[in-house]
This record gives sequence, structure tokens and C-alpha cells, in this order.
Amino acid sequence: MQMSDSREIEAPRETVWAAILNPDVLKECVPGCTELTGTPDEGFEATVVQKVGPVKATFKGQVTVSDRVEPEKVTLSGEGKGGAAGFAKGDANVRLEEIEPGRTRLHYDVEAKVGGKLAQLGSRVIDGFAKKMADQFFTRLQEAIEGPAEESEAPEAEETPGDKKKGWFKRMTGA
Amino acid sequence: MPKDHGIGASSKRREDVRFLTGTGNYTDDINVYGQAYVAFVRSDVAHGRIKSVDTAEAAAMPGVLRVFTGSDFEGVGSIPCGWQVTDRHGEPMKEPAHPVLAHGKVRHVGDPIAAVVAETLQEARDAAEAVMADIEELPAVVDMKAAVASSDTLVHDDIGTNLCYDWGFVEDNREAVDKAISEAAHVTTLELVNNRLVANPMEPRVAVGSYEAAGDMSTLYTTSQNPHVIRLLMGAFVLGIPEHKLRVVAPDVGGGFGTKIFHYAEEAFCTFAARALKRPVKWTSTRSEAFMSDAHGRDHVTKIELALDKDHNFTALRTETYANMGAYLSTFAPSVPTWLHGTLMAGNYKTPLIYVNVKAVFTNTVPVDAYRGAGRPEATFQLERVVDKAARELGVDPIELRRKNFITEFPYATPVAVEYDTGDYNATMDKLIEIADLANFETRRKESEGRGKLRGLGINSYIEACGIAPSNLVGQLGARAGLYESATVRVNATGSISVMTGSHSHGQGHETAFPQVVAEMLGIPEDMVEIVHGDTANTPMGMGTYGSRSLAVGGSAMVRATEKIINKAKKIAAHLLEASEADIELKDGAFSVAGTDKSVAWGDVTLAAYVPHNYPLEDIEPGLEETAFYDPSNFTYPSGAYCCEVEVDPDTGKVDVVAFAAADDFGNVVNPMIVEGQVHGGVAQGIGQALLENCAYDETGQLLSASYMDYAMPRADNVPMVTVDHSCQTPCTHNPLGVKGCGEAGAIGSPPAVINAVIDALQSGGHTHVTHIDMPATPNRVWAAMQG
Repeated sequence: MQMSDSREIEAPRETVWAAILNPDVLKECVPGCTELTGTPDEGFEATVVQKVGPVKATFKGQVTVSDRVEPEKVTLSGEGKGGAAGFAKGDANVRLEEIEPGRTRLHYDVEAKVGGKLAQLGSRVIDGFAKKMADQFFTRLQEAIEGPAEESEAPEAEETPGDKKKGWFKRMTGA
Repeated sequence: MPKDHGIGASSKRREDVRFLTGTGNYTDDINVYGQAYVAFVRSDVAHGRIKSVDTAEAAAMPGVLRVFTGSDFEGVGSIPCGWQVTDRHGEPMKEPAHPVLAHGKVRHVGDPIAAVVAETLQEARDAAEAVMADIEELPAVVDMKAAVASSDTLVHDDIGTNLCYDWGFVEDNREAVDKAISEAAHVTTLELVNNRLVANPMEPRVAVGSYEAAGDMSTLYTTSQNPHVIRLLMGAFVLGIPEHKLRVVAPDVGGGFGTKIFHYAEEAFCTFAARALKRPVKWTSTRSEAFMSDAHGRDHVTKIELALDKDHNFTALRTETYANMGAYLSTFAPSVPTWLHGTLMAGNYKTPLIYVNVKAVFTNTVPVDAYRGAGRPEATFQLERVVDKAARELGVDPIELRRKNFITEFPYATPVAVEYDTGDYNATMDKLIEIADLANFETRRKESEGRGKLRGLGINSYIEACGIAPSNLVGQLGARAGLYESATVRVNATGSISVMTGSHSHGQGHETAFPQVVAEMLGIPEDMVEIVHGDTANTPMGMGTYGSRSLAVGGSAMVRATEKIINKAKKIAAHLLEASEADIELKDGAFSVAGTDKSVAWGDVTLAAYVPHNYPLEDIEPGLEETAFYDPSNFTYPSGAYCCEVEVDPDTGKVDVVAFAAADDFGNVVNPMIVEGQVHGGVAQGIGQALLENCAYDETGQLLSASYMDYAMPRADNVPMVTVDHSCQTPCTHNPLGVKGCGEAGAIGSPPAVINAVIDALQSGGHTHVTHIDMPATPNRVWAAMQG
């Protein structure tokens, strides 16, 4: 299955670029990710727990980084094996476009495949599942960079007025 | 007044008491003391090279006795194929090896890579997850035409092609057929798909292997339609165990539909592992495993051309079919698209020239083999669809076009190598018109229109060849087995009878119908006769049940053995009555001397046979037990006419079968109720194929429809009450009962009737551009076709 979409992120391209290659960010943003280690140069090792339709499994696999043109584009390729549940693999081509200084449009084309029991039992739900996964990932990435979407009501009590919300990645890197 | 016992009576199925009260004895009910359990590690890619299989972690897990991989089976034979087809050029088909556990490559999703044997099922399953198979995924071969067009990717590297065979039938007719088609007044062409199906018997497959070292004796309990065939194939070709050291038991079997004919890797594995471990080993298929390891059915892609002269006589027929074999050759796979399909292309018609071309193709999918009907549904579907299309193109009544071309004189030798012994196709068509109330169809159509529905009427006539088969003929056609059947009739001392048959009952009601025949011949109550089947240890070597053969072939063996019993019993009676044997008559369970009131009861004769105090010992042996082997001289040719009425919802494309009628000619009928049940079940399966069922693979060879969430089986609300009639009877001329097979007819005759009805509904609703819809005619497909 294939899907394409784009998002606007309130951050400079370089910040977004750094975020999508940071294992801590990836771990936070990949839905169900319980472990993620490694570097962009050597690739990442990841463990993801997910439920697709009736199949719940722990996927262990590698993510490799290729076609890196900083800060414009990169390809992330992953393959996870879920034991008796089968496997999932896919490529994400990510392109970063500067809308104006401090604002970036992130384009992504994802191609995903599943096999084994996942395909046998989950094929009817897999497209929706993959779209949900991609949505969640990029929403979390956006939040990690920008901070959570503005909540219009009930700001948390201890929050000091005027303190600009920052994504944890921005806070961490001071960007 | 219908009979209440014997041949022709609707005796209630005695086996149903145990099936319906949960007291059947299925293979999974069999547990052998000390048994271990096996879990198979199966490939989740369609095609790949096995780089390594690391079993160390699994082997160290709790309860694990041993982990087997393909290398453990290097000294073991390949799972054999039971039929060799010779191609158009006189060359034998390509026959690649089929290892018990994959070795070197995996070739379909579900191909077993390793097997873990452990103390408990859960331990085996847990450890199976720890087996690490490193597989380099290769491109998958899925589309048949692409598989033949290019040799870039090969399912079996060593044979250098994905083409198993290119078969032409009758090859000598090829040019004459081409010429007739090029010169015809009208040619109707149709391209169609006969969808891949999963048999889905209610009971999944099970195998229990055990080994007794004391007698060096192996036993396999298995869900099989033919235990003797499994013993021969597995013993002689795979494991090298002679028959007298191998017993195969197929106890109660919960449905087969063909898919339990074949010898499977799991059977060989359990028998092998039991010997290796000196422990019984049990495997019970999960439903998910069944979808990816039971042989599938159908999967043909066909182009058919029918030529007619200006008077609408059929002059020639030409077909080209791609038939999917899957990744390995299953036991009878090569015969299905050839001898069980090409020989049926004459159908009910006098078409003088026929040429059938079949290309059998290896793909990275589950093996495909016989499924209820096996080749004949594929033949009937394409033929009856193209005849229907021709009638529409020519603007003639589809029934009249059929009648015009019906064979009416018998015996009739077709141009495709078979000779129909009897039949009356106009009689079944007349009967169909009556029982389906076709005279009032237009009234029903208007009523449907009033509810906003498009009503369609689909007619079909069929013939099939079953009761397989004459051994000398099938031997010439490539079968590597005889296809006779056997029966031993053992009369016990007090007169009760045990009949040991090589036929196997897995839903057909043999335990009821077979005693009806023996009881009728002897004039004794049916409940004095018991049928014993399913165990190689106590039945004579027989070929089992498939191809609607059990009554026609197995029943005939039983008749022959019972005739021997009668002959011997008359000798004993003659001695007891001090009369001439020629004067002895058997009637109502007593032997009498013709023209006198002297008689002796059945039980007195049978007791004398075993307590021979007053007995002609100088002339005959004591005892009363006879065996017969019956080899038929021809197939039987049941035929009939079917009618389906559908309503199509024009807004959604949903098709409802609202009426179905079947007028069959099965020759003589032993148990009408069982025959009607067989037709009901067959029609339900045919409706399933036509409207619901589809086994789907994606382009990478992933099996997408592997559960009942995605594979739609027919349910009660998809099947109307089927009106059946079997009063048109032209008895078979070459078997002693005059019977023809009835087990597959429903599944053969119904799919074209359903699709013809859908096309009729759409055309009558103004969608005249819709000339064909492939099965299953799902709402999506029907709606899309309506939109053009």
C-alpha cells in the first residue's frame, strides 16, 4: 500500500531534519515503540509493539537511512519481524521544503508491505492501520518539535502565563 | 407407496446419531499414551532462499524434545504425485521435488520450514516462535501468464521453467478445429476466471503418528478420504515403510470435499518423527494453517470460443486454459485440468470438433488440486457460460439453443475420448421447466420489479464423468494407481454382517446407504449390516472416496461380494434342505426349495457355515466371508438441468439467490434423502463459489484471505431451499446397481446457473453491455459492471 501526505511544521528545516534522525525523537514518535537505539549512519534497531486487527505482536527490526541530502530529503527503510504474526516493512521518502524561514513543509511518501499472519488476517484493515500509524507518527513528530497543539480551554494550573509552549525536542536542543 | 427399507428407501442416516450427539470419533479425539505435540514453523514469505535455520534457542526451551528442519529429511523421499500428464509434444510433465520440510527454498506462504516437537502443544508453539529462519526474500511468481512468459523468476530452479505441461486435447483435432472456427457463421468468445477456492471442511486436518518398537510397527491416524492410498504413497515413496509395517487409520472425518484425498507433508512428518523420537506425535491444524496448507481448488484462467453454423448447430469448440498448480504438485493435481476437465468439454452437446489446450503453471502459492467436482465444474462453467452468451448474441432462447444441440442417442462417443452410456437431457430439461415453474417467471419478475429489484433467470445443463475410474483407461492417461474398489462381506455366525469397504465415508452416509443394498439383496433388516471402513488393518486394499465413486464402484464391489455370499449360502441351504442347488431361492431372508414349502432361515444357514456339523465339507469350505474387487468398465455420466433465479439490487449490486431448482439424472437411487442432501450441499458450495468465495493473493504472493473474516463461506441466508428432483432415471448400463454418482453434481451444475441468472437480471434491467461477470459476483463487481 502507498500513501502520501504533507504537514506544515513551525520550525526551521534544520530543526526538523535533526529531529527525524534523532533516535530519541523517533522512539517517542513511532507508535508502540518500546526501544530504539542506533545512529543515522549505522541505522537503528527498534522494537515496536502493535496490534493490527486481531493480531498483536512485538516487532523487532532495523531501520536504515539512505539518500540523505541534508536538510532536504531522506529515505527511512524499515523491516520488522513479528514472529508468528508475520512481518511488516516499508520505506518512507521524506522531503523538507522551506515555506519561509522558521516554517517547513514536510512531505512524505510511504510504501508499506505486510506478510504472514498480518496479511492473512489483517489485509482488510491494513490500509487504515498504516494510515493511522503514519498520521500518529507525524503528529507526534510535529508535537515533539513544536509542542502540543494549543488547547483552547483549561490550561494546566501550574502553567505560568506567557511561558511559550515548546516541544520537548526544541526545549532539549534550545532551538 | 415409497419403500421403507432397502434400495430406494429414505432410511435415516444412522451415523448422524453420533455426529449430532458429540460422540463421533474424529482424529483429534484420538490421543495415544505418551504423545508429544508438533508445531510447524511456516514461511511467511511466498518465495525465498533459506540461508539458515537457527533452532538452538527453540531446542533449549521448556518441554522441547527436538526441532526438525529440512536437512533432517535428506534421506527421505519426495512427496509423490500420483498422476503423470504427457504434454502436446509427447514429453512428460515437469515434476519437481516436494520435500516434507522446505529445503533450500521456501515456495509459498505456509511452506513448512521447521517443526518443533514438545511435551505440550503450548510448549511446541512457544518454541516454534523462537526458531529463527534467515530467509532471503525473492520475487514471487503469482500471475500465471507472467510466470510462463518469462523465466526470470522460477519457482523451481532445477526445471528451468514455470510451465508444468502444455497439454493439447485432442491434439490431432487442432487444425480441423481452427479451420472450423475460421469458417463459422458465428463465433462466441468468452474470457473468464474460475476463482481459486479453499475447501474449508468443518474439521481441520489432523495427524497422529505412533510407533511400536516391539513390532517395528508404525501407525498414522489421519483425516483422510483414502487411508490405503496414503499408506501406499507415504510408505512406498516417502518414508520407505512396507505396508505390513504401516497402518493408516482415517476414523470419522468431518468433511473432505477433495482436500483430504492428498498425501500431505504433515502426515509424513508425524509418522517420521514418531519413529525418530519413539513417541507418538500429534498435529492438529489450526484454521489459519488450513488456509495456507490444505490444497486449494479451481484457479483457471480460460478463453473459450464456440463456433456455430447458420442454423445454430455447434460446429467447433476451442479453449485455452491456464491452470494453477501452486508451488508443488499435489497428489492428483495434474489430472484435474486435463483428464477431468478436457474430457468434459463436449458437455451435453453434439459439437463434432473440440480442442482443449491447458497450460499448467507453477506459482508461489499453495498447491491446487481436486475440489468437489475437480475439473468438471471448470469445464461446465465455461461451456454453459459460452452457450448462454451465444444465445444472447444470436437472440435465441437459451433453452432452445441447448435442446437443438443436445445429444439424444446413446451410447454416444464424444470427440474428447469418453463414451456416454445413457442420458436423456430433454427429459431433465422438461422436468426442470416443471419444478422451477418457468411458465410463471415473468410474473415473478414483475413482482420483483415492483420492489425495485432486477430479477434474472439462469439455465444450465450439465453432464459429468464420475465413478472413477476404469483402471486400464486411467493407466493409459497417466494415473499411477488403479481405481477399482474393494469390499469384504463377512457374515457372522448368527447372521449379522460386517462389510469391510475400501470406500471411506466423510459425510456421504455410507453407513446407511451401503447396508440398504446388502439388506435388499439378502432380504434381511438393514440393521443387521454394519459398514467398517477407514482402517488399513481391517479393510481390503481400496482406493477411497472421491470423484463420486463410492456407490458406483465401491457399491458394485459390495454387490459382487454379496453375490458370492448368496452363491455359497445357497449351496449350504441346498445341503440342509437336501435339495438341488439349482432349485434354491432366496427371498425375504429365507432359502426355500422352488415349488415347495420347504425352507431354511438365513440364520440357520449362517450358523451352519461356522458350526459345520451338518455341512457339505467335501464340497465347500466352512465360513461365510467373501471379498470382491470391482473395476468399472466406464465412468458414470450423471446429467441434469439446473435453474437459478436471482434478484439484483440495482443500487448496491447485491445478488440474492431467491430460487434454485435441480433436475438430475443419477440413474437408480438407493437412498433418495441422502441424494437430495448431496445435491443441496453441492448447490450451496456452487452458490458460494459463484457469489462469495475467493482465495486472494497479492502481487507479492501474500495470502490475503486466510480467515473467515476475509474468505466468505456461504451461510444459511445465502442459500434458498433448493427444489430437487431425481425422477428422470436412465440407469447406468455398466454397473450392477445402475447408479451414477451424485456427490459432486450440485457443485458442478450450479455456478453457471447463478452467473447466467445475474447476467440475465442485468440485461433485463437495461445493462445490455454486461455480458460476463467473473466469480464471485460480489456486490462490488456487479455494481461496477452496471456502471460500465
